[in-house]
Amino acid sequence: MEKIDQILQEFEGAKVDSLIPILQNIQDADGFLSENAIVKVGKTLNIATSKIYGVATFYNQFRFQPNGKYHILVCRGTACHVLGSSTVLKELEKTLKIKAGQTTRDKLFSIEVVACIGACGLAPVININGEFFAKVTVDSLKEIIENFRIKEN
Amino acid sequence: MSIHIKINGKPAEANKGEYLLDTIERQGIKIPTLCHIKGMFPSGACRMCLVELEGSGKLITSCSYPVEDGMSIFTHSPKVVEARKTIVELLLSNHPDDCLYCARNKNCELQNFADDFNIRLRKTKGNKNDYNLDIAGLSLERDPDKCVLCGRCIRICEETIGVTAIDFINRGSKTIVGTAFNKGLNTSSCVNCGQCLMVCPTGAITEKSHINQVIDAINNPELTVVVQYAPAISVSLAEEFNIKAGKDINGVMNAALRKVGFKKVFDTSFSADLTILEEASELVDRIVNKKPLPMFTSCCPAWVKYVEEFNPELLPNISTCKSPQQMMGSVIKNYYAKVEKLEPKKIYSVSIMPCTAKKFEAQREEMLTDGVADVDAVLTTRELGKLIKIFGIDIANLEPESTDSPLGARTTAGKIFGASGGVMEAALRTAHFMITGKELENNKFLELRGFKDIKEAKIKIGDLEVGIAVVNGLGNVKTILKQIAEGRKDLHFIEVMNCPGGCIAGGGQHIGATHESILARLKALYQIDDNETIRVSHQNPQIIELYKNFLEKPNGKVSHKYLHTTYAKRDVLK
Amino acid sequence: MNNNKDLLKKHLSNKDTSHLSAEVEKILTLNKREKVSEPTIFVGAGTCGLGAGAGKTLLAIKEYCKTNKWNVNIIETGCIGLCTAEPIVDIMLPGKSRVSFENITAEKVTDLLDSVRESKIPTKQVIGQFKSESSEAWKNIPSINDHSFFKKQKRVVLKNCGIIDPQRIEDYIASGGYGSLYKTLTNNKPIDVCKMIELSGLRGRGGGGFPTGRKWSLAQIQEGKEKYIICNADEGDPGAFMDRAVIEGDPHRLLEGMIVGGYAIGANYGYIYIRAEYPLAIERLIKAIKDAKEYGLLGKNILNTNFDFDIKIKKGAGAFVCGEETALIHSIEGKRGMPRPRPPYPSVSGLFNKPTVINNVETFSNVPAIISNGLDWFTAIGTEKSKGTKVFALSGKIAKTGLVEIPMGTTIREILFDIAGGIKNNKKFKAVQIGGPSGGCITEENLNIEIDYEPLIKAGAMMGSGGLVVMDEDTCMVDVAKFFMDFIQRESCGKCIPCREGTKRMLEILNSITSKPSTDDNRQALERFQGVTQLESLAKVIKETSLCGLGQTAPNPVLSTIRWFRHEYEEHIFERECRANICTDLRTFVIDATKCTGCTACTKKCPTMAIVGSKKNPHYIIEEKCIGCGTCATICNFNAISPK
Repeated sequence: MEKIDQILQEFEGAKVDSLIPILQNIQDADGFLSENAIVKVGKTLNIATSKIYGVATFYNQFRFQPNGKYHILVCRGTACHVLGSSTVLKELEKTLKIKAGQTTRDKLFSIEVVACIGACGLAPVININGEFFAKVTVDSLKEIIENFRIKEN
Repeated sequence: MSIHIKINGKPAEANKGEYLLDTIERQGIKIPTLCHIKGMFPSGACRMCLVELEGSGKLITSCSYPVEDGMSIFTHSPKVVEARKTIVELLLSNHPDDCLYCARNKNCELQNFADDFNIRLRKTKGNKNDYNLDIAGLSLERDPDKCVLCGRCIRICEETIGVTAIDFINRGSKTIVGTAFNKGLNTSSCVNCGQCLMVCPTGAITEKSHINQVIDAINNPELTVVVQYAPAISVSLAEEFNIKAGKDINGVMNAALRKVGFKKVFDTSFSADLTILEEASELVDRIVNKKPLPMFTSCCPAWVKYVEEFNPELLPNISTCKSPQQMMGSVIKNYYAKVEKLEPKKIYSVSIMPCTAKKFEAQREEMLTDGVADVDAVLTTRELGKLIKIFGIDIANLEPESTDSPLGARTTAGKIFGASGGVMEAALRTAHFMITGKELENNKFLELRGFKDIKEAKIKIGDLEVGIAVVNGLGNVKTILKQIAEGRKDLHFIEVMNCPGGCIAGGGQHIGATHESILARLKALYQIDDNETIRVSHQNPQIIELYKNFLEKPNGKVSHKYLHTTYAKRDVLK
Repeated sequence: MNNNKDLLKKHLSNKDTSHLSAEVEKILTLNKREKVSEPTIFVGAGTCGLGAGAGKTLLAIKEYCKTNKWNVNIIETGCIGLCTAEPIVDIMLPGKSRVSFENITAEKVTDLLDSVRESKIPTKQVIGQFKSESSEAWKNIPSINDHSFFKKQKRVVLKNCGIIDPQRIEDYIASGGYGSLYKTLTNNKPIDVCKMIELSGLRGRGGGGFPTGRKWSLAQIQEGKEKYIICNADEGDPGAFMDRAVIEGDPHRLLEGMIVGGYAIGANYGYIYIRAEYPLAIERLIKAIKDAKEYGLLGKNILNTNFDFDIKIKKGAGAFVCGEETALIHSIEGKRGMPRPRPPYPSVSGLFNKPTVINNVETFSNVPAIISNGLDWFTAIGTEKSKGTKVFALSGKIAKTGLVEIPMGTTIREILFDIAGGIKNNKKFKAVQIGGPSGGCITEENLNIEIDYEPLIKAGAMMGSGGLVVMDEDTCMVDVAKFFMDFIQRESCGKCIPCREGTKRMLEILNSITSKPSTDDNRQALERFQGVTQLESLAKVIKETSLCGLGQTAPNPVLSTIRWFRHEYEEHIFERECRANICTDLRTFVIDATKCTGCTACTKKCPTMAIVGSKKNPHYIIEEKCIGCGTCATICNFNAISPK
């Protein structure tokens, strides 16, 4: 809650063209946009909450539920697709027992499918908490997830 | 400056800066539109208004394209016709096949398109949307499956009403129209005005129907069902029967109501007069005893809910008077009941309103006296039309009848309540008499009539210069409220109507009315004001009787028990 | 340090750059690094390099230098564009030319550095050496310009990528950057700059190909002091990463182009709208803007010319449609990124209803070179209608993936086979997708088409932003069409009916063609066939009536694949076959009894229990039960299972 208030203070006097940067900052801090956060943003900018919610739900980036500790982005781009990203995704969903857009029960992992990450030369690509993994296969994927689990223990 | 273009090969003159659509329509050519609202900035979403540019063959949207000198367009070329047909087929492919059960059956823009374009094949088959209904509200119901995402409701709610209860949510084919966090309309800042319903092309937004309850009540031998109708109804009802707009069918309507089965037919214009007596007294009291000013009218339930949500600090400034509908309801259950020796619980009080917010108002918890609701059911003009048809009543061949005493007589001051500025005019006529003891020489205030956003005037009443303002279109009230917050002190009394033009353009009126129809309704009201003799509320003989027998005096203790109310701050997502 | 900054600032404000003071010469030479006095190691640390392990390589190098007490200047560069060679490490010994090495993962660092320190170049790992007059060339090491990947390229926009340190403005200045800015701001009137760019023939590189100079002129003539110039760095096309590489490798080039553009149209504010999925590029931009401000190249009174110009970064929030101009504008304004009808065009009424010019990263990045080298130089490159170069991003089944910059007019065959090494794994070429979800495919018979805006459209494709995805015999073209339509359906903003509802129906038809219903009879086949005819008629209406470019070009991949691969569609519809074995619903697997050992591993994993067989005996797949998921084939350790 405090983080949100801090961010809103930095944007005091801001107008509607600051809406998306504000939402991005809140999501960077909290990991997602809570109802509370959205209501506060509406009050700060003097914009109807329905509008704030309408803008937030338009863009892929915004999440309305918290992510896992390790958030996995699977690239859905053309090159990745041609080189087998759907197999990678299926394997990931099977291993973690969740579907894209969900978080594991132990709150460790969450999967999100994104449009092109831009590393097409090294497809298929996944990104875990900012770290890139290139030319991912079913086997290398298993290893990657294992390494994160080992790190947790 | 004139611009010359060619439409379908024929030369046409256009005005510089206007949109192609306006030029085309002036030639008498009808162009189908779906997302367009006349007078508002073009959206370009539906693509129905496409026309073909000669030469390049490019299709452009006539609603948004400004005329260019020398341009030549075809409004109904084969390419255009096929494009429009395909667009409608695409809409139909994602629309429930529900026409026979839909409230908009026979009066739906999508139906009209399907028929106009002669669509006979379900060419594009596929998955249809399957969203939840939003029917928890007291005035409006929504069916997102029927929504064609034209966006008209959103624009009206934001730009005309200034509430912005709804917006587009999500993206692409997952887009829906919804409130913040897609919660029910009844928990949002929606003021129930129904203007969204009025612009909705399909059955995606409909009113909460009270027809069945009313029929049940009429069939219930233990209940005495009485009805009141708003001033606007008699000049609007004819449109439900394809009779031209602006015809006042008051007498015939009284007869029809009796045929439907209502035991007594009362006129809300009577209680409008009553409201004037109470409200004018309240105004004088506030001025003389330095109570909060300016005072705002309280007869528009959308405006009242707005204040409770957005400006609760102004609640002390809202007139404590109930609206005419509620005053009538209260008088019926607490005075008329005594006169007829009926139990208030055994009276079923129905009102006919040009408004959907009145359904909400009737169920407000403040609108009970000794546990009995003032008004039990509210029917819109549309619902009354349906009711008359259900009972097979032939409107065209009825003999006019009059209303029932003791709550049927009305002055023209009560009648003009249906127009924006009407409440103010009526109030001034009586306030002048109350303060100076003299009638106004000229009691027609033309500057308070019409569609202008905010109408202001300074009226001399005795030694007092009363500052008044009339707002129509709820979005315009923000201007006045800002001025008052910044210290404006010269206003005493402000009339606020949610709907542009006043109640005659309310959310319960005939769907598909043109601006001309609305003007005709207004004209009819003011015609009545010109033609009749009793034109001030305080001269209504039945009102005088009511005070003598029951209420004693305006703004007195008895009045406050039955005819005044309270308000409370509402915590909603704004 | 500060003294250097002041000297460079003065140098930038010098109209006559042909005579340089000795001190300035010294700084420029130092930062140009064509000759170094201490060993210098360059590591390709763009997103591609980091994805391949360059981060670990960098650590290994630093560790090596510390352990061996070797004083080395380590520089992180951007991507040079040869992705298959990443991580790329360049080493420059004092007096000797710079040598570039490929695939230097962390464990190869020690051996490489050991060798090089002894002046021994391990030739097997060499990409090439950068020959220059100031340094001595290595014997028997080929020039990098002779490398098949680089030989036919003409690197204007990518000139510095992978070469300079993108985090040092001094490097950019030393390579000639910001050199013509002062001259332009003081000598040329805005209208002249617009004219010059118009005469250069530069066309929008974002895909539209609209003449840049004309766009600038349209905004320049508008009255009013409030105007905006926006760089579209949203790069939403899946398969495109040119803009990312340019910003990561040479961000100042973009800034310089924008400053000139702002001056030309009369704007004092610029926005760079960059997708949030490019965090490294954003970081580079923030640094570059900060440094440019310190050098008086941004902010108030640039280089004392009375021209004010400031740039703000706006991060995209994940919406492909925001690559469309009016949608982008709405996004910056804090609204849902939905386009609006044009006219009015952004040059007349755009951001905040003021005259606005929006150009792509590559477009802006061409401007500094045009100004420094002159019109004749630029117009000599390319074709009659399309001047200059184009950067392409190569991905898919091609041997060498990465970025190439070629003069307009180069044939597609040259790019794929001469530059990028042909199809990988010796498979057969099938098609190359140009223009992403808005484009189409080029087949074998059209490989000799010259890269140019109009010829590509004629072939049913589109230049697009420059993504080239190569497909081989193992790609199903119906699946490709479905992939792009799925992308479009997710990214459609939903405002207009033809795109929102039309692409949904098109996707459903494609899904019905590539999947198996529970009952499959002739009627279904007929329905599928009707579906394809519907595809074409729907496509026509969607193209002609959609509100924006996304909808108008959405049907292209479908139309293109139907045009060139109709037989594949028919096989899917009537024979229920997918010759590339991609459409899982339409394929079945079969076990080679001679290879099967009966280990039962596949039986246990089959989701539909379609495999029968007893232990140690060859197993069998029941075709009717097989859903073609391929799990068994992946599990099998004996290569006994393959598609039928």
